[in-house]
Amino acid sequence: MKRDSTHRNATGGGISAALKSVALENADGSLISARGLVKTFGQLRAVDGIDFSVGKGEAFGLLGPNGAGKSTAMRMVASVSKRTGGELSILGMDPSLRGPDIRAHLGVVPQEDNLDLEISVRENLVVYGRYFGLPFSYLRPKAEELIDFAQLREKAREKVDNLSGGMKRRLTIARALVNEPDILLLDEPTTGLDPQARHVLWDRLFRLKEAGVTLVITTHYMDEAEQLCDRLVVMDRGHIMAEGTPASLIREHSSREVVELRFGSGRNEGTAAAISAAGLLGEGDRVEVLPDRLLVYTQEGEATLARVVASGQRPITSLVRRSSLEDVFLRLTGRSLVE
Amino acid sequence: MRAEREDAGTAAEGGPAGERPQPIGGAAAELRAGGAARAARGAAEILGPRRSARSLLYGVWYVTEHQLVIMRSYFTTILMGSVLNPVMYLFAIGVGIGAFVNSNAGGRGPGGVPYIVFVGPALLASSALTVAFEESAFPVMAGFKWQKVFFAMNATPVTGGQIATGMLLAMGLRVAFTVAAFWAFLAAFGAAPAAWSFLAVPAALLGGLSFGALIVAFASGVEDDEGWFTIVQRLIIAPMFLFSGTFFPLESLPLGLQWIGWISPLWHATQLGRVATYGLHEAPALVAAHILYLGALQAAGLFVSFRNFDRRLSK
Ligand SMILES: Nc1ncnc2c1ncn2[C@@H]1O[C@H](COP(=O)(O)OP(=O)(O)O)[C@@H](O)[C@H]1O
Ligand SMILES: [Mg+2]
Repeated sequence: MKRDSTHRNATGGGISAALKSVALENADGSLISARGLVKTFGQLRAVDGIDFSVGKGEAFGLLGPNGAGKSTAMRMVASVSKRTGGELSILGMDPSLRGPDIRAHLGVVPQEDNLDLEISVRENLVVYGRYFGLPFSYLRPKAEELIDFAQLREKAREKVDNLSGGMKRRLTIARALVNEPDILLLDEPTTGLDPQARHVLWDRLFRLKEAGVTLVITTHYMDEAEQLCDRLVVMDRGHIMAEGTPASLIREHSSREVVELRFGSGRNEGTAAAISAAGLLGEGDRVEVLPDRLLVYTQEGEATLARVVASGQRPITSLVRRSSLEDVFLRLTGRSLVE
Repeated sequence: MRAEREDAGTAAEGGPAGERPQPIGGAAAELRAGGAARAARGAAEILGPRRSARSLLYGVWYVTEHQLVIMRSYFTTILMGSVLNPVMYLFAIGVGIGAFVNSNAGGRGPGGVPYIVFVGPALLASSALTVAFEESAFPVMAGFKWQKVFFAMNATPVTGGQIATGMLLAMGLRVAFTVAAFWAFLAAFGAAPAAWSFLAVPAALLGGLSFGALIVAFASGVEDDEGWFTIVQRLIIAPMFLFSGTFFPLESLPLGLQWIGWISPLWHATQLGRVATYGLHEAPALVAAHILYLGALQAAGLFVSFRNFDRRLSK
């Protein structure tokens, strides 16, 4: 353990470092602050100069497709992965100098569950709490509290190997709470779960959010981002494309409503041109062509749809809906969030 | 402090975070269905202003403790192995091969002692190395690749070096248990006549720790191919077992093959064991060399393990 350079610096800091850590926030009052943060793997710039900051009690999201660099950014914030460049400050400390000190204040839910499958649900919670230096007198009642929180009362003595995906995910989240962290990091908390399991999980996360816990969430589900995040950044290929609240992002980068039209394979492109040419669109409206359908971005969906139909176009199916973060992403990158 | 905890609970109820960083304990306590015992003091209060302090001091032990919890779940298997393995070997060799060898050598095996006395310490050391291999190779592969538990450990204040050391310590405890049981059977079979024969236990343990440290170093360095298990077992462990002075003195091998014994931790551990169990005459300098060599292997293994753990965990 003496070989860890992080450590040597941390211990070298001594009492002055311990005193400084009492503030537990960055100079600007945020809990997490990244400036020009970079991570490369060989030639690949997985995170390519991103800026963001997260305030106390905030639910902050990183939204982006697979490979955008969300997990890589998250692992740097979790103070395990070493950054290649830029500035990163968490709770007033630099993770490359004081990794263990920062990690003591974090709860981490990684993209892939890394529970110990060979031991029981309860043992997983207690064993994990021990790593933070917590005594059994604290951990025994805490484990029971978290078992209830994760709704795993019936499974408490069960080997983790026998749990369903959703149960494992809830246990991973419960485990991340065992040290009563100041910041909870969740990397794709509901990916791979069926809709019902997702809703159970969202409910748990909602409660944490309501309780004022600082959350950082990555996701490639726009509905998850809309439901859980107060503020988010849209990431693509290592860059941040936009930042704001879900509502402000939609307002700035998309129209109020969207008309989805399907004309059948091969006909979408031509019809899009026809619609634009016929002057059916209102001021600021535009048409986006996807392989399987057209998206008409407009302020008044029903009225626009009526004009299209009146002009003699016969869509096979049509749908009017409100704009979502999916549309924001499409607008910003020309691609959809989930391939 | 008690009052502060209550404050935290109230703030949680109210919704927005208070002035201080909001500990989740207050929130989670709020969320509880009620009825379960409440953690009397919050984590922040227990851990003090420098929350990582205890992990810095005791992190290695927490890793070991975790492994012991896992071992508890298959303790019966460990116990059976520790009993059946020595009984089987000692019976086969003491009654079968030993009688045959002894009758051909006028009642004495190699080194002028009954064959089982000659082979006993070698089997003891072999069992140490075998267990060391099993308790290093598989847990390290699981930690990095299969269940990825090392990444979970490292998300806490515990460091890569602490994880590597803790795994080695847990492995050492398991080896010590196996070796102690084996030695008890040796003594019961009359295969460890010397008064200080129990010293064969630390000797075998030292062998197991050195070999285990090398395996941890190796397993933590292998990222993709898992076929190396078989390679190590067939090309390293099997020849080591046969050519380390286990069943016959190393000197009876052609000089061109004796080097296998010299580099093999099994030979050094076995010779130390023989000195302990039946007073094999070995020059004091040679005894020191055995100990130093095993110590050096262990140090080298640990050094490489530390580097591998840090590199893989901080990617
Ligand atoms: N350990 C690694 N070694 C090499 N490349 C990596 C590693 N981790 C991630 N990458 C690459 O970095 C890019 C971003 O990955 P990731 O951060 O996992 O994206 P996301 O979480 O947004 O899906 C991807 O192209 C991925 O292949
Ligand atoms: Mg990811």
